[in-house]
Amino acid sequence: MAHIDLQNDLPGIRGPMLYSPATAKPLNELAEMLLRDDDNSLSRGERELIGTYVSYLNDCFFCQNVHGALAGYYLQCDIPAIDAIKKDYTATDISEKMKALLAIAALVQQSGKAVTKDAIDNAKSQGATDKEIHDAVLIAAAFCMYNRYVDGLATWAPQDRQFYVDRAPRRAAEGYVEYDLTK
Amino acid sequence: MPHIKVDKDLPGIRALLAFSPATATPLGELAEVLLRSDDGLSRAERELIATYVSYLNDCFYCHHSHGEIAVCYLNGDSETVEQVRNDYHSANISDKLKALLNIAGKVQKGGKHVTTDDVENAGAEGATDKDIHDTVLIAAAFCLFNRYVDGLAANTPTDMSTYPLRAQQIAKYGYGNHIFVEPQPS
Repeated sequence: MAHIDLQNDLPGIRGPMLYSPATAKPLNELAEMLLRDDDNSLSRGERELIGTYVSYLNDCFFCQNVHGALAGYYLQCDIPAIDAIKKDYTATDISEKMKALLAIAALVQQSGKAVTKDAIDNAKSQGATDKEIHDAVLIAAAFCMYNRYVDGLATWAPQDRQFYVDRAPRRAAEGYVEYDLTK
Repeated sequence: MPHIKVDKDLPGIRALLAFSPATATPLGELAEVLLRSDDGLSRAERELIATYVSYLNDCFYCHHSHGEIAVCYLNGDSETVEQVRNDYHSANISDKLKALLNIAGKVQKGGKHVTTDDVENAGAEGATDKDIHDTVLIAAAFCLFNRYVDGLAANTPTDMSTYPLRAQQIAKYGYGNHIFVEPQPS
């Protein structure tokens, strides 16, 4: 049960978003710009993967499943493949650039100050641009917020992981701004 | 030196916002809605929560910036702000705000650290559901802002006389893209 009366039964972040529309608006607009805007050299799938990985490190069940399903949808891979990346991305066949960006994201998850010049230089040597590094840091930081919002209020999450897989195509099509929270 | 090429004349998060105006817009709106609302918690209480979380995250730029904004709203009472950073239990603030700072400190560690006891204690001190909601989201948002600033090694002004100037700008005009588009206060 959630820590406060959210006045609705929606799962995960949708509960507090419906409860507080004034804050939901910028939260959703930030997600749209970070994860879905097409003026970006990182693909939607790559950006969702960063969100998924940070949510996994923060142990947020709802977020890692929502965004893991979206990453799987965009990258055309199944959930076991996403799980393998979460468990040890260094052993998977994602690009070296993505590995370097996930390393930065993992440091951001610990703390902003944990990000080292070495981690940044490594990403640059794998071809990452300043904007890609900026976006990886901000996506990781943003999920340190979303994850805490979801778990800090003790929202509930469907335990059947297929629930998230089934919803992913619709979220991918509608995006984070123009959608009905209750559906 | 920042990890990416940003405007060296803009301090802290302002240079990052200018680097990426498309994400700056929702970030500014989020700060405005969370920190400048008069519904429930006061602006001073909201900035104190932000200052405390930024202090726990060891983000020098953020805890000094928001500490000075809190000082503006508290009519110059910098002692209370310093007490909140160092030991809020002994600070000259309400028991309700102490209970909310306890929740904010839990959120800083991780969402799952917040317990039913923490929330019930805040309720017993008079915190409404909205107060608790706003506290959790302010604390979570500063886990974003602090990581954004330090994760990209943003410029941190060492001239402490510049912090009150920027704070007065925010207290007067609020958050938004004007903080990096307009000339910096001097």
